[in-house]
Amino acid sequence: MSYLYAAYIATWAIHVAYLSTLLRRYIRLRNEIAEFKGREER
Amino acid sequence: MKRVFPILAVLTAALLSYALYEALVVAPTEQTMGDVQRIFYYHVPSAWTAFILFSINFVASVVYLIRRSNKADIVALVTAEVGVVFCTVVLVTGPIWARPVWGIWWTWDLRLTLTLVLWLIYVSYLVLRRFSSSGQTPLLAAVLAIFGALDVPLVYFSIWFFRTQHPQPVIGGGGSIDPRMLHVLMINWLAFSCFAALVCWSRYRLEVLRREVDETLALEALLEPRGSQSRTSQTWRAG
Amino acid sequence: MSTVPSLTRATLAKDLRLEWRSKDAINSMLFFSLLVVVIFSFSFDPTAEESRRIVGGLVWVAFLFAAVVALNQTWAREIRNQVLDAYRVSPAPANALFLAKVLGNFIFVTVLQALMTPLFIVFYNLRALGPAYQLPIVAALGTWALVVNGTFFAAMSLRTRSREIMLPLLLFPISIPALLAMVEATGAILTGEFSAKFWIVLLAAYDVVFTIASLFLFGFVLQAE
Repeated sequence: MSYLYAAYIATWAIHVAYLSTLLRRYIRLRNEIAEFKGREER
Repeated sequence: MKRVFPILAVLTAALLSYALYEALVVAPTEQTMGDVQRIFYYHVPSAWTAFILFSINFVASVVYLIRRSNKADIVALVTAEVGVVFCTVVLVTGPIWARPVWGIWWTWDLRLTLTLVLWLIYVSYLVLRRFSSSGQTPLLAAVLAIFGALDVPLVYFSIWFFRTQHPQPVIGGGGSIDPRMLHVLMINWLAFSCFAALVCWSRYRLEVLRREVDETLALEALLEPRGSQSRTSQTWRAG
Repeated sequence: MSTVPSLTRATLAKDLRLEWRSKDAINSMLFFSLLVVVIFSFSFDPTAEESRRIVGGLVWVAFLFAAVVALNQTWAREIRNQVLDAYRVSPAPANALFLAKVLGNFIFVTVLQALMTPLFIVFYNLRALGPAYQLPIVAALGTWALVVNGTFFAAMSLRTRSREIMLPLLLFPISIPALLAMVEATGAILTGEFSAKFWIVLLAAYDVVFTIASLFLFGFVLQAE
């Protein structure tokens, strides 16, 4: 029975891990854009 | 465009929750394997989703070879990445299922082995994209995807024959399936397909943004030499 | 002088002559194969019957390492001397170069196999219980499978970081059906328990598919470098 939950939890752990890498990349991009815009105004 | 996404995300989450409920509660318990069999409702849809994503990758790669369309290249990259994620799920849930049922972690089950080979091929595809410093990386990646696609039927036949010579356990039950189980399977497949589509869409937009930023940064470096550099060495550097 | 066969022959002859003089590739290949044979024969002390079952895998691991060594140096000379750039601008068909490289590698690996086979027979007390004439066929088809894709992926890896890792990383997953066929066929012939026919046909199909694909797509890869 615990195998069943392990499988379901593992599935979502993998998906969440990938989505968090996407989020991290997106945040880094947004920072780069903000920094770029800051330089442009200067 | 932007407002649709959160609505779709909520709908998909609801669908996934409903599918989970169906898988854990509504679906009938399997006779021989018991509750562990419910892994089936996550294992199989993930495999189908991964195979569909890789098929899209193949089409996008061919389109890229013919038209050199940037969009096709991004679609190829996105479907490869998300496909690998779903493949990983298959490769993790498979052994977790096999262990209590057959007592072994790994078996040369046809679907599982095919998924393993596809995972290996597409991981090498992603590594090539990451490590290649050729300006033509999309072209090389597209060629590799085509090689991978040509390989798939050969992999299928080789494993199939291997299994006839060395009989192995079958995960995921062949033969006829109870219609109530089929119903739950389809609901989960629909839910995961919607989920995959949303993830692909997000990744696509992220990549488009990434490339725009890269291009802009490269242009900036080309057009405005940094003060200290141009004074001393008169060299320009791109990107 | 720019037809495919004559160009292929010329390039092949040059490569063989250079290799004969330096023996670079052959020496490293020999070293790695010997390493595999010796180490495995320490760890296994199989009976003749057991060894017939496992030797298929051992032999092809040894030949695989050797093939990768040969493949990694395939384009090394061409890069050092900017030959590829010259090729790109010349009207010469890219396939002639590719074919010459594949044939060269095929010859190197086959020579290595010829040198190593007596060693295997001695170390593992081998005697084929099945049709032994099929063994050279399996060897030739299997070697071609590794070498045709390997030469292609070696060209694809030219502008990547960690080139030496990129080649095996790309080659092995795609080669899995061929590797399975080689190992199973060798085992089947040595033990005489199964017929190797299906595996031989699969290897032949694999070779045809990927030779055509490589010839078709090599032009793109050459462009890309």
